[in-house]
Amino acid sequence: MFKGDFVKNLPKIYGTYTGGFLVFIILMAIAEQAGVSAKNIGVMFVAFTVCIYALIGYLSRTINVDAYYVAGRQVPTVFNGMATAADWMSGASFVALAGGVYFGGYTYMAFLVGWTGGYVLVATLMAPYLRKFGCYTVPDFIGTRYGGNLVRACSVFVLFIASFTYVTAQINATGTIASRALGIPFEAGVWVGLISILICSMLGGMRAVTWTQVAQYIVLIIAYLIPVFWISSNVGGGIFPHLMLGDEVARLGELEQQFGLVKNSAADMKAAGVPGGLKYISGSHSGVPEGGMAVWKYLSLAICMMVGTASLPHILMRYFTTPSVRAARKSVAWSLFFIFLLYSSAPMLATLSKLALMDPNLPTGIIGKSISEVQSIEWVQRWSEVKQVFIADFNGDGILQLNEWFMRGDVVVLATPEVAGLPFVISGLVFAGGMAAAMSTADGLVLAISNALSHDIYYKIIDPKADTAKRLLVARVLLVIIGAAGAYIASFRLTSILGSVAWAFDFAMSGLFFPLVLGVWWKRATRQGAIAGIMAGIISGTLYLTWVFPKFSVPIWGGVNTPFLGIDHLRFGLIGAPICLVVMVVVSLMTKEPSPSVQKMVDDTRIPTGKPILGKQ
Amino acid sequence: MSNKDAYWEKTKNHMFVTLALWAFFSLVVFMFGSELNTMSFLGYPLAYYMTAQGSLLAFVIILFWTANKQEKIDEEHGFSERGDN
Repeated sequence: MFKGDFVKNLPKIYGTYTGGFLVFIILMAIAEQAGVSAKNIGVMFVAFTVCIYALIGYLSRTINVDAYYVAGRQVPTVFNGMATAADWMSGASFVALAGGVYFGGYTYMAFLVGWTGGYVLVATLMAPYLRKFGCYTVPDFIGTRYGGNLVRACSVFVLFIASFTYVTAQINATGTIASRALGIPFEAGVWVGLISILICSMLGGMRAVTWTQVAQYIVLIIAYLIPVFWISSNVGGGIFPHLMLGDEVARLGELEQQFGLVKNSAADMKAAGVPGGLKYISGSHSGVPEGGMAVWKYLSLAICMMVGTASLPHILMRYFTTPSVRAARKSVAWSLFFIFLLYSSAPMLATLSKLALMDPNLPTGIIGKSISEVQSIEWVQRWSEVKQVFIADFNGDGILQLNEWFMRGDVVVLATPEVAGLPFVISGLVFAGGMAAAMSTADGLVLAISNALSHDIYYKIIDPKADTAKRLLVARVLLVIIGAAGAYIASFRLTSILGSVAWAFDFAMSGLFFPLVLGVWWKRATRQGAIAGIMAGIISGTLYLTWVFPKFSVPIWGGVNTPFLGIDHLRFGLIGAPICLVVMVVVSLMTKEPSPSVQKMVDDTRIPTGKPILGKQ
Repeated sequence: MSNKDAYWEKTKNHMFVTLALWAFFSLVVFMFGSELNTMSFLGYPLAYYMTAQGSLLAFVIILFWTANKQEKIDEEHGFSERGDN
């Protein structure tokens, strides 16, 4: 099945797969009518899809180095686009994004712009050139372009910090979803998630991850879009919410006026016993906050996410798998198209779900009703039990005000189908989608880290004479170790999902963005410049993070510090990256210009045709 | 100027044009958020529409456009790859 004409048969194979998945959804809907319990439907959804991914992973097993590291460089444009989209959209995108928009409104949507705009940088500055270079990993490019083991090791170091921060959050999300869908404790869910992730990636490396990611994309996009369209037509938003929610957005503005956007004091919330991680609506949905600082906050967040996108190794390495430079460019465009399908739907879901709860004219509305009435609603009870929603009657009038309703962001995606009266089969589908999103990103990240360690550290630095079998063995052992380490840390629940996801972008942008860009676009960049730049960027960025983030600054710096120019812990890349640039340029100009052979290498990188710089390794 | 240099010159200019468009839709638009929000598009306040959908869509279009344009530059200078997708 995976040989010979496999690539030509791809549309047929994935077409059949999509059809099969739709039939499965229908079967589950029939099962629900026949009286199968909601819990069992959830279990079957997750188990069925994970088994399919594992099967694909097994069928894609390989003993070929090129297939293991870059999927044999034969992934067609559109399919690579889908794989990248799945690689990109994490558990956080799937489960928390709509919730973020729900609570944060316009201000939060800087993330949407940031997480999509970065692809323009990927396509113009990086992807085609890295593809032409023919490297296996991102540090492979830096190590060869600048020459030497030290610069290679420095870039592996940054890759490790950025990707590892990200991967714990993903394994955490996989664990959360597995535990909810399968009804097992979180700690067990984390290990179930890890095993599923490893089955998909261990035997076939990049090849297996590519084909499972395509399958995961199909599941996650179906799981996201069906509820959005269905809810929209159920609550009267129109069949095509993306174009038809203008009135609803305006109505939300009126309701905000009517109920008033009140900020609760921390002391009140503590006294009422609001569980951690739960939020309430305090910002306007579509209104733009006034003032220069608000604009700067929006722009700075968008910049960090965009530049971070263009430096994240697990994304860049997806473009090493296309058959040509041209295909790499087109593939970036397709990736963003597939990402757009989900990202443009998240604000619509947030709008619908917010309106469903806020509008007193709708049967689902709860704000403004008596608290005892709201507490008797079935879904409110169910989600209160697991501390995902909470009611605090601050003014003691027995009526639910907007600022008295607390909810975890995830609930927007996970519970809205229920709130809007959709059958449970849809909630099961959403679980499967969330699982697919978290697994696909974790797969890509674990692979990015273990590939860098096995190829750049082990093969290129420690044992360049290692034979294929030994290299692949090392790669797989590292994959298991990295995955297990991520799961172990995730099982302590140290980080909230979004905080650490944003950090990964800032780490990557601090240490990798300029060395990658200048490696292609500035011939004068030297090895010493790159080493100094990478280290200065990552160290200054990290120091600033410890200085500005209260949980770190109190023990390390002895107090809480006010962010410099509004650059808080989500934006510390704005400190690291400019320092990296300045140091890299200054040191490069102070050192001897690169040798003619290096300059020729850069010239060749810039042209699509001709032999890759690094062939089969 | 050699063919390679001419090619790189064009590629560089193309890169700057693309990045200018990118900066417009990702940064410039949102510098004027409150002003734009007084206008409406499809019934949405304009700045809200741009951050929820408009700029995202613009990026997708920019990417397809820029890839096609770059392919033309490749062809003009004889650096086009053939026989693949």
